This record gives sequence, C-alpha cells and structure tokens, in this order.
Amino acid sequence: MTKIDFDWKPLLLAPAIALVALPLTGSFSTWLTLTVAGLAMGMIIFIIASGLTLVFGLMDVLNFGHGVFIALGAFVASSVLGLMGDWTGSGELWRNLVAVFPAMLVAMAVAGAVGLAFERFIVRPVYGQHLKQILITMGGMIIGEELIKVIWGPAQIPLPLPEALRGSLFVADAAISKYRLLAVAVGVVVFGLLAWTLARTKIGLLIRAGVQDREMVESLGYRIGRLFIGVFVVGSALAGLGGVMWGLFQQNLVPQMGAQVNVLIFIVIIIGGLGSTGGALIGALLVGLMTNYIGFLLPTLTQFASILLMVAVLLWRPQGVYPVANR
Amino acid sequence: MFLKRLLSNDMPRSRLLALLLVALFIALAFAPFLFPGVKALSVAAKILVFVVLVASFDLLLGYTGIVSFAHTMFFGIGAYGIAISASRLGPSWGAVLLGLAASLAVSLVLSFAIGLFSLRVRAIFFAMITLAVASAFQTLASQLSDFTGGEDGLTFKLPELISPSFEFAEEPFLGVSLDGRLLCYYLLFVAAVVLVLALLRIVNSPFGRVLQAIRENEFRAEAIGYRVVVYRTTAAVLSALFATLAGAMLAIWLRYNGPDTSLSFEIMIDVLLIVVIGGMGTIYGAAIGAVLFVVAQSYLQDLLRVGSEAASGLPWLSALLSPDRWLLWLGVLFVLSVYYFPTGIVGKLRARAAR
Repeated sequence: MTKIDFDWKPLLLAPAIALVALPLTGSFSTWLTLTVAGLAMGMIIFIIASGLTLVFGLMDVLNFGHGVFIALGAFVASSVLGLMGDWTGSGELWRNLVAVFPAMLVAMAVAGAVGLAFERFIVRPVYGQHLKQILITMGGMIIGEELIKVIWGPAQIPLPLPEALRGSLFVADAAISKYRLLAVAVGVVVFGLLAWTLARTKIGLLIRAGVQDREMVESLGYRIGRLFIGVFVVGSALAGLGGVMWGLFQQNLVPQMGAQVNVLIFIVIIIGGLGSTGGALIGALLVGLMTNYIGFLLPTLTQFASILLMVAVLLWRPQGVYPVANR
Repeated sequence: MFLKRLLSNDMPRSRLLALLLVALFIALAFAPFLFPGVKALSVAAKILVFVVLVASFDLLLGYTGIVSFAHTMFFGIGAYGIAISASRLGPSWGAVLLGLAASLAVSLVLSFAIGLFSLRVRAIFFAMITLAVASAFQTLASQLSDFTGGEDGLTFKLPELISPSFEFAEEPFLGVSLDGRLLCYYLLFVAAVVLVLALLRIVNSPFGRVLQAIRENEFRAEAIGYRVVVYRTTAAVLSALFATLAGAMLAIWLRYNGPDTSLSFEIMIDVLLIVVIGGMGTIYGAAIGAVLFVVAQSYLQDLLRVGSEAASGLPWLSALLSPDRWLLWLGVLFVLSVYYFPTGIVGKLRARAAR
C-alpha cells in the first residue's frame, strides 16, 4: 500500500465513536475513564487477535483452536507468578514488573512450542481445505482445553494483579487503572514490532512475497514452508501473551476462557478484514470502546454491542475495513 | 419396494450398515421393554432427540457444505417455545402446539435473516458470524429472566396423558408399567422416525442434489443456472426448522429447559463431533453417530472410572483417565477421524461394501 492511496477512512471510526459517546456519558471524567478502559481492553484483544489474523492472512489457515493458546498462556503465567510470590507481593513497581515480564516470556515460549506441535499434528494435513480446518482445529481446541483441565484442574483459579499494578491514577478527576496503562503500552509495542517487521525487514518482505507467489520465492532459494511455520509459532506466542494480559485483566482463569474470548477475536478480525494487522487493531479498539461505553450506558446490551458493530461495519464494507487483496 | 420408497431410494448400500440400522431401529422401538430402568429410557430418549438434531445439522454441513455454529440456537428456540408456553398457559395440548408454532416462526425469521445476511460470504465468514450470533443469543436467554427463567431455567407441566402419573393399565405389561412416561417415549419415537424420513426425502430430492452440487463446486452450480444463495438460504432455513422440532422433543421429554440444557456451546461441539464421526453427508451417519456418542457419554464415564481406579498408582495417568475427561478421548477420536476417516463410519462401511 503506497502512501498516496492510503485508505484513511477507517482510522476515523474510533475517534468518531468516542466523540458520539462524549455527550451521552454525561461527564468528561466518566468519559475519560471509559475511553482509557476501552482502549486498554482493545489493545489486549488486539494482542490476542493479531496472532490469528497473521496466521489467516499469511497462511490462509483459520485456526478455531486459537483460544487454547490464550488459555495456555494465562495458566502458565499463573504458575510462574505463583512461584514468584515475593516479587508480586511487594509494593515496588519495578519488582512487580520484573515478575510479570518473565511470566509473559515463559507463557509466550510455552504457547509457541505448543503452537509448533499444533501446526505439525493438527493443521498440516489440512492446508487449503477450509471446511476440514474448521473441524480439525475445533477438535484440537477440545483436546487442549481438556489437557489444561488435567494439568491445572477444572476449577477456576484466581490470578491477582501484582501489588503496584492495582488501583488507579487520577487524571482530571478520571480514575484510570494502572494496569490498563500497562496494557496500552504492551499493545503499542506489539503493533509497532509487527508493523515494522512486516513492512521494513527482509523477513517481512519474504513473508509478503511468499503470500503473493510462493513458488517464485522458493525458486530463489528461500524456504517458505519453514518461514510460515515460524509465522504460526509467532501467532501462537502472541496469543499466549494476550492470554496473560487477558488473565490479569479478568484476574480469574477458567479452562474455557479461550472459547469465550474466541467470539470477541472473530468479531475483531472480521471487522479488520481477515488478515490485516492494521484492520485488526482498528477492529479491536472499536470493540473495546463500544463494550465499555455500552456497558456503562445500557448494560444489558453489552454482548450485542460488538455484534451490532460488526453488522454495521460489514454493511459499509462487506469484506471488512481493510480487505486483504486477492481473496 | 415399499421400504425403498420409504427410505427415498437411499438404501444403506452396505450389509453391515443395514444390519446396524435395523438393530438400532429395533433397540429404540422396544427400548422400554429391552432395557428396563429409568436411566436407560432417558438415554434412549436423548438418542432420539440427538438423531433428529444431528440429522438436521447434517443437511447443512454434510449436504450443503456450510459450517454453522448457530445450530443449537434453533434447538434452544424449540425447547424454549414449549417451555415458555407450557409454563404460562398451563398443561394443555393447545399450549404445546402454540409454543411449537411460535418457535417455528421465530426460527424461520431468524434463520432467514442470518442466511440472507451472511450466506453470500465465504464459509469461514459464515462460521464466525454464526458463532457470534449464537453466543449473543445465549446471553440474551439467560438475561431475560422474567421470560426464560434466566440461569435457573423453566420447569413446567405437560398434558396428563404423557406425564408419569398417568397410568392407563393397572397391570404392568412384560414388567413395564404402562404409564404416561411410556406414551411420551413413543411420541418422541414416532416424531423422530417421521422427521428422519422427511430429511431423507429432502436430501434425495432434486433440491437435495442441487445442494450437493453446490457443496462440490459452487462456481459450476451457479454457472449451470442455479441461484446458489437461494438454495443455501433454503437449506439453512429447513435445517433450522428441523432443529427447532428436535428442541421441542427435548423439552417435552425433560419437562424442563434452561440455557445449559439446550443452548450451550458444548452441545454444538457434541453435534459437530457426531456428524463427523458418523459420516458427513449421510443422514444414516447422524443416527449411527448419535447412538455411539450418547451411549459413550452416558456409559464411557463409568468405564473410565474403572480405568482411573486401576491406574491410581500413576497420578498423571489416573488424571488422564478420570471420568470427567471423557471429552478428551472423544476429541482425540474426532481429530483422528478427520485425519483417517474423513467420510466417517458410514462412508467407510459403504466404501468397504463397494469394493
């Protein structure tokens, strides 16, 4: 996409929703709280969805078992954080962050490794067959969920936030929870890294070229197959990271959490255009904002807000906001 | 000749399959007499409901090649239709019929809307959209507690004739007391047989052939001149209506309905497992699969308990064999069957017979 024909209209969607919500919420401080909360939730959803949209956009594989990696990341992080009680319990911010980062890294590593096995045993036999992909990854999700129950038990387990990340800061009378600021920061870093890798590095170039014309790139001596497995592993690791963020956000883990989040991520990547990283970011922010505004204004409609949003976006652009070419 | 017409010319085409189906039919027809006990009869009734539900899903997945995750939504609408109308209007046949008619109407409108809106898009889109809609519907059902009883669900009474307290003969016949429970079972049995035969009729009609053509090659079907969107929407609506009837059967048997009973995502996964294991694109596969699955669900847990206790020396093996983990083993079976038996049990048997 060159700069000249860059499609800027979808970029206005999130600010537009925020502006519409401003008079409805009544007070500026409430609005600010809701907006930051919505952006943070959106960023977490984006981290989860980015892996799925990457795998779909580049490899044309729809992974209905993506939720397993989310739950896996969250449960691994709960075990790691459980081992580091001294660090999470202290009130000092740097000690807490030192505890959270290894938890994220371990969760990403485990989710990535399981992703490698998942690609080999579940996805590889069904490349190019969408119907079978949906069925077999669904089966993979059942197995994964049951194995999580075997390892961590079927009951829900608490995942409390580290001391210094609890509570809120006050900016212009608006309560802004500290954890949400961290979530926004992590989301921005993930998006930046993804966009930079895809647009500015040689690996990104090869991936994009491989999507366009696989045989040509292979005849130049690059192994696209291995590169794509790498993409799958990175996608799973991102889901693991997102799982950690989501788990800390909910502060409570259930083995079925992956399937619950699946609905939200599907909405996000449909809005985004199935395969576009930027589209997924916009979709995730829209869903996050909508959920928070509607949750405040009309709580009973919360579940429908994101679906209505999806329907509206699809009526405007039937292929999502940034359709991926030649699909 | 008569049998051939009854089965819409879709014979089992495998001696073993025919044998299995006949055995299945006899077992279900005489279940109250062959398998005494409350649990066995409940398992048999659940099989009847699932045969209809899964066969209706097969019309969509197996014959038309559409993956929908909103099928249990229609199942739930059927069950709630009976539950709401019987709990409001009292135990009369009029209330049952009204509930049935209302739920069929709701399903018709809803499936038509979803079909028109999303069947134009690719398979993957449709799967995801239906997943979202179904989850929203489930939340709606548990939130509208004045209407649906919320998470607690609705317990209700049905007409005297099919309730357990009604006895139409003093003496038990062949050791089985002749009561309303028995009548209720046979009501379900007749309904299931009629509905499955109707589905067989549909898939073997010219309409059904067009659906299969669309499944095999959408582009060519369109090129021949069939309006693909019209056929797909019709298939989606028909399949939703049959699922609604299956839901009504469930509510009539249980006299209770709640979100977990008929709407939960677990049931959707069960249906998917059954269709694939039994054999996609064969209504018989739905029947064979449903029996295997419901029996496994009801009795595999007992078997696993034995295994788990035998392996109690090895904690991790014992955890893997715990009766609560029975779905793990079905999941493994599911993945293996997509791998090695993409045509399911029925497809495999037919291929063997054709060799």
